[in-house]
Amino acid sequence: MTLKNSSKEKSVGVVGMGSFGTAIANILAEKSKVIAFARRAEMVDEINHHHKVDGLPINENIVGTQDPEMLCNSCDTIFFMIPSSAFQEVIRTFSPYLYPYHLILHGTKGLCLNLPEGKKLSDMKLINRENILTMSEVILKETVAIRVGCLAGPNLSRELYLGQPAATVVASKYNEVILEGQRLLRTDKFQVYGNSDIVGVELSGVLKNIIAIAAGALAGLGLGENAKGLLVSRGMVELVYLGNALGGSIKSFIGLAGIGDLVTTCNSTLSRNYTVGYRLAKGEKLSEILESMDEVAEGINTVRLIKAFVEGRGMRAPITENLYKVLFEDLKIEEALQYLMKYPFSVDVDFL
Amino acid sequence: MAEAYIKHKYEPILPQKDEWPVVKLSKSRKDFVKTVAENSKKSILEITGNNMDLLKEELETTLHREKLRIKQNPWAVDPDDEKDFWRKVRSTLVQTSTDNSLTKTQKKKKYLEILDDITMRYAEEIASNFVHTHYKVTRRMVTFGFARLLNAARVKGIKSIFSNQYSLQDKIQVLGETDQIRELASKGTIVMVPTHFSNLDSILIGWIISVLGLPPFIYGAGLNLFNIGIFAYFMNALGAYKVDRRKKNLPYLETLKTYSSEAIQFGVHSLFFPGGTRSRSGMIEKKLKLGLLSTAVEAQRANYQNEIKDIGGKVFIVPVTINYHFVLEAPSLIQEHLSITGQERYYKERDEFSTSYKISKFLIKFFTKGSDISVSIGRAMDVLGNYVDNSGNSFDRHGRKIDTRDYFISNGQVTVDAQREEEYTYHLGKRIVEEFHINNRVFSSHLVAFTAFQMIKQDNKKLDLYSLLRLPEEDIFLVYVEFREACQMVLDKIFELEASGKLQVAPHMKQDIDSIITHGLENVGMYHAKRPLIKNRNGNIETQDLTLLYYYHNRLDGYDLEKLF
Repeated sequence: MTLKNSSKEKSVGVVGMGSFGTAIANILAEKSKVIAFARRAEMVDEINHHHKVDGLPINENIVGTQDPEMLCNSCDTIFFMIPSSAFQEVIRTFSPYLYPYHLILHGTKGLCLNLPEGKKLSDMKLINRENILTMSEVILKETVAIRVGCLAGPNLSRELYLGQPAATVVASKYNEVILEGQRLLRTDKFQVYGNSDIVGVELSGVLKNIIAIAAGALAGLGLGENAKGLLVSRGMVELVYLGNALGGSIKSFIGLAGIGDLVTTCNSTLSRNYTVGYRLAKGEKLSEILESMDEVAEGINTVRLIKAFVEGRGMRAPITENLYKVLFEDLKIEEALQYLMKYPFSVDVDFL
Repeated sequence: MAEAYIKHKYEPILPQKDEWPVVKLSKSRKDFVKTVAENSKKSILEITGNNMDLLKEELETTLHREKLRIKQNPWAVDPDDEKDFWRKVRSTLVQTSTDNSLTKTQKKKKYLEILDDITMRYAEEIASNFVHTHYKVTRRMVTFGFARLLNAARVKGIKSIFSNQYSLQDKIQVLGETDQIRELASKGTIVMVPTHFSNLDSILIGWIISVLGLPPFIYGAGLNLFNIGIFAYFMNALGAYKVDRRKKNLPYLETLKTYSSEAIQFGVHSLFFPGGTRSRSGMIEKKLKLGLLSTAVEAQRANYQNEIKDIGGKVFIVPVTINYHFVLEAPSLIQEHLSITGQERYYKERDEFSTSYKISKFLIKFFTKGSDISVSIGRAMDVLGNYVDNSGNSFDRHGRKIDTRDYFISNGQVTVDAQREEEYTYHLGKRIVEEFHINNRVFSSHLVAFTAFQMIKQDNKKLDLYSLLRLPEEDIFLVYVEFREACQMVLDKIFELEASGKLQVAPHMKQDIDSIITHGLENVGMYHAKRPLIKNRNGNIETQDLTLLYYYHNRLDGYDLEKLF
């Protein structure tokens, strides 16, 4: 084998320079040239001229652009790091420039609605699995790319940015995507595991956000560690049931992207979802909290979708259902907690 | 009944038989078999990781299974020297493993020789024996014979023998993308994937291919069909290669796959029944056997690897749906389906379509009574399930032209990745199933069977399927008015599905509901001794065989129509 000419070596693309996108771009830039896509001209300017994002210094190997076509032509592997609310739209702008040779990974822990043309969530009587898309399903639906993967795991952006040790899961049906993800991301401080159950891994990251909000709420009420232990383990059971119903495998939920991420987010003030719960318990209104946060807490949208899905399925998911009432129907957190304490859970673990 | 369908004489796309890929292949048969054996050996060595112990184990397993098969399940078609061959394999195996004077390399060489013998034998056994003169004879026989039968039945009097008033195309309607398949067959390589309900399918498809002016396709036909002399002749003449479902050992399966892949690379059009066997339940295939399908993906990649980037090296997948009012084997198929329900390993391959008597009886009935068959040729796709145009270009869902080669590229080069191709095959399988459902043509008989069974099920909500099917038929009847209403409801939904492109509807469904029902009742499983549905003297609907009714009902499974009830 001849060594590849380094000038011909393609760059790696990162779309979306939020806090997680920036952290991943930094890790990637340790080994590769990185082209980062941002929508705002000022941000591209800041990246290219000051090597900073929102004032935080980033690796000098990162080049900013506003041009999706240029990014797609220069990169074979692209990481999409955008919130679920904007995911579909951004993917659609990239779609015309993506080809079957592209490998696409994403790091978004949210869900998208997939409704018939012109319908809203409130118009639908029941929500089926087909009406809910994970981000990899959005990519498969909107683009011609087929070799798709995701990143999930306990990866608080702030800690990654500081270079603290952490690990992630790269999940894909395609071994080559996992291997490529490992090759690009693995460093002395960043361990990368592989998993072929992409939907299970995506769902782990998505569903744990519900529990994280609840955990924040418990902490905000000033409750102790016993209560948190209870919530995390019951939350796990709920996560497994919901995840299974949505097509993930139990194995993935008890892995790094499931338990690993759940434990991290339920204990960290760095987590946005946790923060939402915490501030709710301190008496703030949801609208006030959302206004004052500059990045999206995915969990809120997830609660809304999962609650609709649970009703459509005729399943029960007590934590999600009560959280929905707290978030959108002004149920007091204390009352929701009361309800949960009375709920007739009988068996500890019945999913293994 | 006036039906709009394609009755058209197609000129052959390759008039000179020497240009036919299948003739070229049969001319170089010897070399080809050798290449297949050689490449199968390579892939077996790859699978065993070039590990001598693993290889030895595989050989021993193969020997053991083959001996069992010879003992427990012998067929007429099996060659006489089979026992001797495996006896020899056995003695060489034993000798080699016990002979301590041999060095490791010598031992390895011996094992490789055994493997060589086995793959060579299998490749030889699988390879088709296409003979052009036989093909011509068969084609003429089928067309002539069928035409005579048909005219004898429909045109009265002595003249009938010479009448050409009716041709086979009155009986069997060919619809869909006929021009596209002709166009593509002259430029690239076609892999045709039909639904499979009856043993008649093989002959039917062979005839369709010739009617469309296409050169013969090769296809894997179950070795059991070669048990019957007349079938064997037909099969060979039509370019069939042999698939023995009793042999499940690694060397055999690899040789079979290599044969198919090499033939596609050779440019020979192929035919797979991707369901593997006939649909036992009567449902359109939902899960496909991916083994042979993977050879299409593999062959496409191999062509790209060999830098054949133009349309000449492109493989096109053409789904075909065959629609019947009546399937001869339905009673035994559905019985088998019910008794195994998913546990395929517990039953033995059997063939009930076995006697020439039964076949001729069926053929006569088929031609003398009015049961029509339609064959829909679907839109061609590339090996990733993207639609292609008549020039063979692939297009994505947004109508953008794409290059299939890109799917096999990593870091700018075409690479071999078995796991990736496995996923691609799975994806292709899903696309084929989707196309089957889209191309499926609803007949009146499907409608009445589906509606009647759903109504009976509705009346006995508490019973599970098996208890339901055990209900005594005498106790069941449906009031005609209610039946008619339900049929109308299902029909409305079917037209709705047709409008959104989810299925197709036969022209005879465009009459008033009473005529459709009458037509459906006349045709549904019409030659069975016990009819799935009849109208009794009081004008109500009865069944004589609930299980058969279930079978014909299943044809409309997979469209969520049962939710109407």
